[in-house]
Amino acid sequence: MTGGEPQQSERVPALVEQFKGGLAAPICLTWEWTYACNLACAHCLSSSGRRDPDELTTGEMMSVVDELRAMQVFYVNVGGGEPTVRPDFWELLDYAVASQVGVKFSTNGLRLDAGRARRLAGTDYVDVQISLDGASRQVNDAVRGHGSYDMALRAMENLAEAGMADFKISVVMTRHNVCQLDDFARIADRFGAQLRITRLRPSGRGADVWHELHPTAEQQREIYSWLIDHGDRVLTGDSFFHLNALGATTIPGLNLCGAGRVVCLIDPVGDVYACPFAIHDTFKAGSLRSPGGFAEVWRSAPLFAQLRTETSGGACRSCSAFSSCQGGCMAAKFFTGLPLDGPDPECVKGHGASGLTAAAGGGLPRAEKDHSHHRRAVDVGMPSIRVPAKPCDSSPLAVTT
Amino acid sequence: MTAPFEPARGYRLNPAVALRPEPFGALAYHFGTRRLSFLKAPDLVDLVRGLGNHRCVSDALATVPDGRREVYLRALAALAASDMIVPQTSTSEVPC
Amino acid sequence: MQQDTRADRSQADTASRSADIADDRGIDDDSGITEELLVEEVSIDGMCGVY
Repeated sequence: MTGGEPQQSERVPALVEQFKGGLAAPICLTWEWTYACNLACAHCLSSSGRRDPDELTTGEMMSVVDELRAMQVFYVNVGGGEPTVRPDFWELLDYAVASQVGVKFSTNGLRLDAGRARRLAGTDYVDVQISLDGASRQVNDAVRGHGSYDMALRAMENLAEAGMADFKISVVMTRHNVCQLDDFARIADRFGAQLRITRLRPSGRGADVWHELHPTAEQQREIYSWLIDHGDRVLTGDSFFHLNALGATTIPGLNLCGAGRVVCLIDPVGDVYACPFAIHDTFKAGSLRSPGGFAEVWRSAPLFAQLRTETSGGACRSCSAFSSCQGGCMAAKFFTGLPLDGPDPECVKGHGASGLTAAAGGGLPRAEKDHSHHRRAVDVGMPSIRVPAKPCDSSPLAVTT
Repeated sequence: MTAPFEPARGYRLNPAVALRPEPFGALAYHFGTRRLSFLKAPDLVDLVRGLGNHRCVSDALATVPDGRREVYLRALAALAASDMIVPQTSTSEVPC
Repeated sequence: MQQDTRADRSQADTASRSADIADDRGIDDDSGITEELLVEEVSIDGMCGVY
């Protein structure tokens, strides 16, 4: 008996059963440290740009780290906005690591000069992830803004020079960069980094550009094949499990929605959401500023109880591909106006397409939180770094605590 | 490359591994390699925690019913292969 | 084996795969237990919900 396929079909039911009782703590979680950002990427899932006046203070952040330590959360994925914009970023990083909470932080490269790169290379239990959405300046900057490609590459050079092995380069796959998959791999090789590709979700500002930027059906097949060819070498954050219905081989990963079950999001003001792609009241579990803190939200939030016990499926259960794709991504369905118990908008069988046409007529859900930079000028087709309109825009931490 | 798993030797939980109890058993996370494993039986978890108290793995398995020993050995071998459990270091290593 | 958990995922696909497994297991099995996986490794980056 081979160890391959039978183990796959054995694995999924078993683990889903384990999660029904709820884990003692998330396995890992995304923690956005600020809504402030020096960039204004077209697809930003957190609609970041301007700092929120109510963001967790240094003291509050450390208390959260203490809680995560007590819960034995192994690992946090720190992002934002641009987390290094916080003046206390390095202090918090050191504090987390010293508390046995591993950190991977996602950055556009803003603060990663040679000195900081050397410091990071010498720090255990810290991973760095540089965001890049094009293997060329043209493709990247069209989404992330003028100068962002150069900034990212400079940071990569600094990390490589400092001997930081295996830092991550994380790419959001779009219609315009699927053709650059091999080029991305070359960039990663050049710097001794590990490539990570992830799915574009219609979340945050992503809702505005999803229809024009999400990969075509043909491109999805390309992504799937390419991932299978590259095996474990390329990371995906399990964001492509909806493509598993394309073939017999399963992309490595847990292959199911982790929201509220194994992961969740803590946002810069301490709100807890099911996942970073679902920043909307519908998926808000609570606030860690409430009595009982984060632990109480993780253990007792009604939303999480619902997500943990719900057997997903609905209309998808009768599809032969369901055991592979698990009905896709909750957030992708929600923000394209599709029912949560129906097909994913990018269902590889095409079942989502008709739903999208129907949904287009009504109003789509919008994220209530929008920290986007105020626009002074509209650049058609070419988002640029916004000119700040107010002091708090130019210095996202102008109001310091 | 880890050495082959030998039940006649003593093993212990790697100090770099965090073992977190869960309803189904435990999660094991190796901070050095960043590898994560689900240990899907509470008995296995107890076994792993107590490994270091026995001279060898075979001794540790003495309380396990005959029919289950093979499963646990496979599990321990998998944990050894991912560096989650490591040979005990002792001056007088007398195999069982 | 955790056959009972399959009830939650009653899909043609899974059903046909479990038929194959059942055949294989039939050969081995009186303990059946030899097929159990008590340790399962997942990549720390293998969970969806992390950007």
